[in-house]
Amino acid sequence: MSEAREFKYVGTRSIRPDGFDKVTGRANYAADLDLPGMIWGRILRSPHAHARITRLDTTRAEALPGVMGVATFKDFPAVSTEEFQSGEGSTALNDLARNILADDKVLYHGHAVCAIAATSEALAEQALDLIDIEYDVLPPVMDVADAMKDDAPLLHEDMFTEGLEEKPSKPSNIALRFELKKGDIEQGFKEADLVIEREFYTPTVHQGYIEPHACTVRYDNAGTSMVYCSTQGHFDVRAATAKLLDMELGKIKVVPSEIGGGFGGKTTIYLEPVAMILSQKSGRPVKMVMDRDEVFMASGPGSATRNWVKIGAKKDGTLVAMQARLCYEAGAFPGSPMRPGVMTVFTPYDIENAFVEGYDVVVNKPKVAAYRAPGAPQSEFACEMLINEIARELDMDPIDLRLKNAAREGTQTLYGPKLKKVGLVECLEAVKASDHYRSALKENQGRGVAAGFWFNIGGPSSVSINMNPDGTAILIEGNPDIGGSRASMQLMAAETLQLPLDDVKPLVGDTDVLAYSGATGGSRTTFATGMATIQAAEDIVRQFKERAASTWNVTPEQVEYANGTVTNTAGDDSMTVAEICAGADRTGGHISGRGNINARGAGPSFAVHLADVECDAETGRCWVVRYTACQDAGKAIHPSYVEGQYQGGAAQGIGWALNEEYIYNEDGRLENPGFLDYRIPLASDLPMIETIIVEVPNDFHPFGVRGVGESGIIPPLAAVGDAVAGAAKINVTELPLSPPRVLKAIAEGASA
Amino acid sequence: MAVVEYQSPTSVEEAISFLTSSPHAAKVLAGGTDLIIQSKGKYDEPLTVVDIKGIASMVDAELTDDGLKLGPAMSCARLTARDDIKAVYPGLVEAAYLIGSTQVQGRASVGGNLCNSSPAGDTGPALIANRAICVIQGPNGTREVPVEEFTTGVGQNVLEKGDILVQLKFPRPAARTSDAYLRFIPRTEMDIAVAGAGVSITLDGDGTCTDARVGIGAVAPTALLVDAAAQALIGTKLDDAALAAAAQAATDASSPITDRRGTIEYRRHVVGVLVKRAALIAAERAKGA
Repeated sequence: MSEAREFKYVGTRSIRPDGFDKVTGRANYAADLDLPGMIWGRILRSPHAHARITRLDTTRAEALPGVMGVATFKDFPAVSTEEFQSGEGSTALNDLARNILADDKVLYHGHAVCAIAATSEALAEQALDLIDIEYDVLPPVMDVADAMKDDAPLLHEDMFTEGLEEKPSKPSNIALRFELKKGDIEQGFKEADLVIEREFYTPTVHQGYIEPHACTVRYDNAGTSMVYCSTQGHFDVRAATAKLLDMELGKIKVVPSEIGGGFGGKTTIYLEPVAMILSQKSGRPVKMVMDRDEVFMASGPGSATRNWVKIGAKKDGTLVAMQARLCYEAGAFPGSPMRPGVMTVFTPYDIENAFVEGYDVVVNKPKVAAYRAPGAPQSEFACEMLINEIARELDMDPIDLRLKNAAREGTQTLYGPKLKKVGLVECLEAVKASDHYRSALKENQGRGVAAGFWFNIGGPSSVSINMNPDGTAILIEGNPDIGGSRASMQLMAAETLQLPLDDVKPLVGDTDVLAYSGATGGSRTTFATGMATIQAAEDIVRQFKERAASTWNVTPEQVEYANGTVTNTAGDDSMTVAEICAGADRTGGHISGRGNINARGAGPSFAVHLADVECDAETGRCWVVRYTACQDAGKAIHPSYVEGQYQGGAAQGIGWALNEEYIYNEDGRLENPGFLDYRIPLASDLPMIETIIVEVPNDFHPFGVRGVGESGIIPPLAAVGDAVAGAAKINVTELPLSPPRVLKAIAEGASA
Repeated sequence: MAVVEYQSPTSVEEAISFLTSSPHAAKVLAGGTDLIIQSKGKYDEPLTVVDIKGIASMVDAELTDDGLKLGPAMSCARLTARDDIKAVYPGLVEAAYLIGSTQVQGRASVGGNLCNSSPAGDTGPALIANRAICVIQGPNGTREVPVEEFTTGVGQNVLEKGDILVQLKFPRPAARTSDAYLRFIPRTEMDIAVAGAGVSITLDGDGTCTDARVGIGAVAPTALLVDAAAQALIGTKLDDAALAAAAQAATDASSPITDRRGTIEYRRHVVGVLVKRAALIAAERAKGA
């Protein structure tokens, strides 16, 4: 297995094949495609958080010269309530449609109501102002706790809570209740010497990708319609567009652009079906590009949550009972990542007795979308904060407490399987041994540690490799490259093909050139698409041997392949790959290899982070002075990009902990839809984030790979949260730890 | 507004003439870091911009024994590179250095920041602390206005049609005088002030404060001169009690709003902290000035 294996390319820090185009501005992103005859679409958005549309009349807008098409919800053919799977979540099709264009109600500030296509962007904007629309404004529900009250205004009068033993007699904002249990929770708490419980709040946050949603769409009534867009999964865009518009799947081609960040937020669709409707009506290609405020107001944020956790421990630190009640905001339509929140909350711990219930609750905010380890940062934040508090109460080192209870191979998880080989203990030990952990803190500084667990997924991936007559290879994957997957596929293909790295050219193929591939999400690409790549490369190597064997009239078993050359063990013949490929038309035609898999056995990745924070007690401002991110990669195919994933996850988690939040006014209008006041960390806000790559191989991958894209965003919330608690000498139960909130807590502590 | 006409005069008089004779709205273009964004309306009225960067006096700075004559459109990047000015008015240069990013500073200017008249503009408190005088030239001649009277409200100032801010004049500070500007933002840069404070301090030989000026920003519709804060410092050795009194005076003078950048109570508190800290920095610098 991989531990013993020597690699030539895997594990090296090669130059990414897409890098040059990106740094020189040559790479094409979603807004970069213009087509002949193209016109522009713009969207009218709701100024209200919650309202019934009483009048919508586009007559005046349509009369404006240059206006070529209007789209409203009525343009969707009847759509079903069928659940549509994409990326890491699923949504009922009719909810997806009603999110893309509102039906009879608008459900959040910025909810799309109507779209207009015109010969210029400015003209389309002008036409929006000519739409006659009237609303009956309804009271908004802006917080999960308010939404769950018996007398809360209802977003959907026909929504009844699912997951209860009996169907409730009246509708509510609670879409789903879900629970998991193990052992005897009551008994567990009875055995505990120390029991602590607390409720935590996490705010609505946005993924903060730099590239706005955008697309160019050309409808074709006879042939193939084309969608060019920025997405994590173009095959899913194709399926969703086909389903929503009742089009034939095979008559839509989706071409993925380069992608300027997604973090889960580009696993769903907003503009594509609208542009398709407008293109169909106008007979022109239609381009739509969201403004930044539209991205914040109406594309998927991550759930705000109110999570209550109770943990019981024995004096020696043994955890005996863990309980949680997790309430997740879904936004305007059901489908928060509450379920993975429930499944992950206690997974870092080997625990006998656990009980977790979760609620998926609609509120008047944008429908949430996946955000890096969807649901896990919120629930695990609550758990990890309490674990640190227990360590303090028991006067134990927080890493020792975790080591004592750490999940490991064979641990029965709350959500189902027994863990296979995992690296939590190794991560904890690595952090404990780090220079950072042993370093002293200065005045007004605090230190926090936290662990994080994410499942990772496998799923369907397709790769084809075509050999050129000169012996070089073209590798086509079906996964948009967000985190360097072209570089990783190139490394894995070159390793397997035993060809020079530069001889393998990796590309991302559109939906017409490759069989289905699941979205780039769930930390699946290096694992699953990597396996498909290895399989395709092995297919090629097999054919190299067959071709040479047939040339020499020996059996394939009588030849050997190494470093680009096939050798006849029965004689002294040899052929290079270039020779085989150049002569391929004489040995059966040119060579291509395929890898089509549904990957099983994704290895979970545990992460352990360590944060040092300093606090200015007079202003409440807190900043990170030192940070270490440690995580199990199984096998790091490209260590620089693995480190980049750790650092990127840490940076986003630090932002979540310190400053990021949706700020709504009392009418439910979003007040900070832009990067000026939605404060993601700047480079100057962060120290160099130190990384430790732990490699506990995943036996289900030929090279030992585990996905690494998501776990790294989980621990920062509690690591930073606990460090702030120490630095500012306050109790932390609410994020973000923005200066006003911290200062208030300091003042309350001083007066208490 | 859509920019439909661009003029690049080489004299102030020519610029005034463009401003007064334009058939539609006309605005002065300095760095454009605010104006260009504001003019990116959807399909609005036409706009003439009169670029004043071609007028030498608008982009130069002259430091003499009498003080500083600053061309209002001099880019922040050029100003912050002027070590001679920085030595005399360090707080002013600090304020200029905080406007926008490195890229923006290549265009943004002190005069532009002032004329934009945002309550949160970084230069306002520093200009007030340094007793800046605004020299305004218009169709009816030239007049001078103390900077604390220049801005009259959110986005509003004393400039009338055809008026151009042609110079910012600063008296030479007395011996053992220096200044400092501090602003509070949640992050390290690329943010808009939650509160700001510019303080100028004059010390005598034994470290007693003999004169002071305190300007505060982002805590009222305009930047404010807070005389009570200065009086709390004058005659003291900037001990804790004096600093606390100055902080309290700044807090009392402020009348902020709660918005996405801060709450009323938070801003009132923090502006006091900034005054206190800026006074200490200014005093430390004054010892060597």
